[in-house]
Amino acid sequence: MVDLEVKIGGITLKNPVTTASGCFGYGLEYTDFLDISRLGAIFTKATTGEPREGNPSPRMAETPMGMINSVGLQNKGVDHFIEHIYPHLSAYDTHFIVNVSGSTVEEYVEVASKIDVLEKIPGIELNISCPNVKEGGMVFGTDPVSARKVIRAVREAYHKTLIVKLSPNVTSIKDFALIAQEEGADSVSLINTLLAMAIDAERRKPLIARITGGLSGPAVKPIALRMVWEVAQAVEIPVIGLGGISSATDVIEFMLAGATAVQVGTANFIDPAISLKILEGIIDYMERHGFSSVKELTGALEI
Amino acid sequence: MNQIIGKKRIEDLEVTGNKWLNEDYFVLTLRSEEILPDIRAGQFTQVKVEGSPETFLRRPISFYDVHPSSREIRLLIRKAGAGTKRLSALNKGEKVNMIYPLGRPFSLLEGNRFLLVGGGVGLAPLYLLGKELHRAGKEIVFLFGFRSAGQLFDLSQFKDLGELYLTTEDGSKGEKGLVTGHPVMEQGWDAIYTCGPEPMMKVIAAVAAEKGVPCEASLETLMGCGFGACLCCAVETVHGMQRACVEGPVFNTKELLW
Ligand SMILES: Cc1cc2nc3c(=O)[nH]c(=O)nc-3n(C[C@H](O)[C@H](O)[C@H](O)COP(=O)(O)OP(=O)(O)OC[C@H]3O[C@@H](n4cnc5c(N)ncnc54)[C@H](O)[C@@H]3O)c2cc1C
Ligand SMILES: Cc1cc2nc3c(=O)[nH]c(=O)nc-3n(C[C@H](O)[C@H](O)[C@H](O)COP(=O)(O)O)c2cc1C
Ligand code: FES
Repeated sequence: MVDLEVKIGGITLKNPVTTASGCFGYGLEYTDFLDISRLGAIFTKATTGEPREGNPSPRMAETPMGMINSVGLQNKGVDHFIEHIYPHLSAYDTHFIVNVSGSTVEEYVEVASKIDVLEKIPGIELNISCPNVKEGGMVFGTDPVSARKVIRAVREAYHKTLIVKLSPNVTSIKDFALIAQEEGADSVSLINTLLAMAIDAERRKPLIARITGGLSGPAVKPIALRMVWEVAQAVEIPVIGLGGISSATDVIEFMLAGATAVQVGTANFIDPAISLKILEGIIDYMERHGFSSVKELTGALEI
Repeated sequence: MNQIIGKKRIEDLEVTGNKWLNEDYFVLTLRSEEILPDIRAGQFTQVKVEGSPETFLRRPISFYDVHPSSREIRLLIRKAGAGTKRLSALNKGEKVNMIYPLGRPFSLLEGNRFLLVGGGVGLAPLYLLGKELHRAGKEIVFLFGFRSAGQLFDLSQFKDLGELYLTTEDGSKGEKGLVTGHPVMEQGWDAIYTCGPEPMMKVIAAVAAEKGVPCEASLETLMGCGFGACLCCAVETVHGMQRACVEGPVFNTKELLW
């Protein structure tokens, strides 16, 4: 038996395979396809202070080995989450980490404080990197001063494990990782989607109503891998790697580059049971290469 | 490997037939190794397209026909782009991975006389619906619109279920013009069901609203996942943004803000 446990802040994950925000609903959408309790953790869809309708349609376009989405932060708000979704989560033996979003520092703090008291939620992922909203979101994640301000305010209000999700739409992502670490974040996750665009040449129109959106899927993996590598070199706190992961080999690569855990995003849409297949593949890799603990993989790149 | 847990399945089905009906449309027949789940008209499947590098996401396709006894389903597909082109080239014996059944089906609306209006490949779910309504002892009439006679195929199986009227835009078969201008639209119907191009469905919904006739439409919205997780398929409704893949693809047209 190989040891698959990893630690992110105060959370012990039974294995490093988790699912990415916005790609796995609240986990409940997937229970027909797999035993979600076998996952290391589930990152929920973004949760904001007030309900949000999200962006107009079309909200997506398929691109080579990936997709662009502009869902926006459609969700029913934190109070709805607490009343109607949270009660269902205790049936599952995995960690639910709430992706927290907002337009203002106050909104982030409000959502974080409300989640803080929920016993079954051991951590939050601060989403300062959503490219699909006019206010807040990526604005916080691409300006060092705003990033510091929101992370500091949330850190004061939130007492459990705080993960900051970084935007790749910056020149130097490690600067933002360092800010998160300095402000007391327990971990950083990266990457969120890359700002992107798709055009229908025949109609001479944008394919997405909001014109631009966020690119995800295998197309972004090499960029995500490089960023995880850069960030892991710079910070002490654990790094959660994501971006285009679709196989166990992808996960191994992210871990070698320095990730402690990973998130599977867009790949779930194509194969809703892929996360557990990936987990099996990791075990197989460890056995083949003689690793007894998955922790040994983190940063084990030979240069 | 097949995983059959709960109501939605991910399953490899075997191609038992693949036949062109005309230049653009083909019928793909697939067989399950398992007993088929309950599949209702208006529901769809998310088909994984192997061997087409351009096709990254699954492709949503409605159920055209279901045969529980032989465990077969049929899909009526229009060759639109690379994904559907690849599906048209599938051979007997090949496996196709599908997630199904998905989405909210057509509902059995009150009354006895129903009009089923289809445009192009929008005919697909209306055949299964016709079978369901016919079995329930309802009187049904089909009204189908095509661009031209070249798009037509043998519609005799529809005729076994009810009367059928045709229009073509160029007048090469049936009435010339659009379905929306056909006199049968003006008869008194207890409900109208429609699937086809959105502009067509909008006009039909408007006619139905004017006459106070309930109307259900099946939308063809772009989909990311098809099972409720990505929120890419949002449709504006009187209840706010709803997912075409879960709360739809069939909507009562008076709920749609389109
Ligand atoms: C619920 C639902 C049920 C459907 N049922 C059927 C069916 O029974 N038979 C059938 O032939 N088609 C059906 N469609 C449409 C079908 O999914 C698309 O035609 C298909 O995804 C196109 O894939 P492609 O790779 O061949 O073409 P692409 O290269 O992806 O696209 C070619 C063209 O088709 C258009 N297109 C792409 N996706 C869609 C879509 N989802 N809806 C409408 N147009 C699209 C594109 O804008 C483009 O102009 C359904 C769609 C939905 C959402
Ligand atoms: C449809 C969709 C919705 C998303 N919604 C969110 C979200 O609400 N919050 C968030 O932090 N990231 C969101 N993301 C970004 C993913 O969590 C992830 O960072 C990104 O997709 C890259 O990983 P992937 O290539 O594995 O999908 C979303 C991505 C997609 C495709
Ligand atoms: S297609 Fe993903 S939620 Fe509908």
